[in-house]
Amino acid sequence: MTTKKFMIVNRKAPYGTVYALESLEVVLIGAAFEQDVSLAFMDDGVYQLKKGHQTKGIGMKAFEKTYGALEDYDVTKLYVDQESMAARGLTPEDLCVPVEMMPRADLGKLMEDQDVVLSF
Amino acid sequence: MILSILVNEGPYTHQASDSAYQFAAAALAKGHEIFRVFFYHDGVNNGTRLTTPPQDDRNIVSRWSKLGEEHKLDLVVCVAAAQRRGIVDEGEARRNGKDATNLAPGFRISGLGQLIEAGIQSDRTVTFGD
Repeated sequence: MTTKKFMIVNRKAPYGTVYALESLEVVLIGAAFEQDVSLAFMDDGVYQLKKGHQTKGIGMKAFEKTYGALEDYDVTKLYVDQESMAARGLTPEDLCVPVEMMPRADLGKLMEDQDVVLSF
Repeated sequence: MILSILVNEGPYTHQASDSAYQFAAAALAKGHEIFRVFFYHDGVNNGTRLTTPPQDDRNIVSRWSKLGEEHKLDLVVCVAAAQRRGIVDEGEARRNGKDATNLAPGFRISGLGQLIEAGIQSDRTVTFGD
């Protein structure tokens, strides 16, 4: 099968809308199809990776653990937008998985290298 | 050029649903090929035949069905997103013990692999969403 570079861009907070949850399913299927899958987190999307989701009060299933399991699917390229992190007072230590933090302009260049960019 | 289209938003609520249709129609008019239109998130609501807008408004669902029929488009509704939102074809109704179906003509329900395959097979995959 042809391998293409897929980047899934996550721009929304983890709860409040369904985008983060359903987009993770795209990541897992992309990996199952042996595509070169990477993830970018920007804007409120950086909150998806924040440690310690507690969802009991809102009656939703927490899916923080899925990010930790991405490595098992050989999905290891996780990029976070430096400006989005700074604007929200976050550092990589606040996140539940190892990430590469990069300036927005560099992230843009990385997007340019992709075959398919799916933004959620 | 071979294009695929991802529709992430529901009809009548969000411009993305209209823009995706208008893009598809314009691309076809210019002679481009559309490999697949994939409906995800609330976008699956573009595929319910029970939609009944006021008579002086556009019918977003039947508009897709018509474009699909004219150009032999592959209109695919994501199964997991459809199940969450109650978009059902005969197979899904049988599997999940539902007493009705509502998938519009020309649409089919399938898995997310169809989106990945569309990305692989197309020169461009264009997302319409928030």
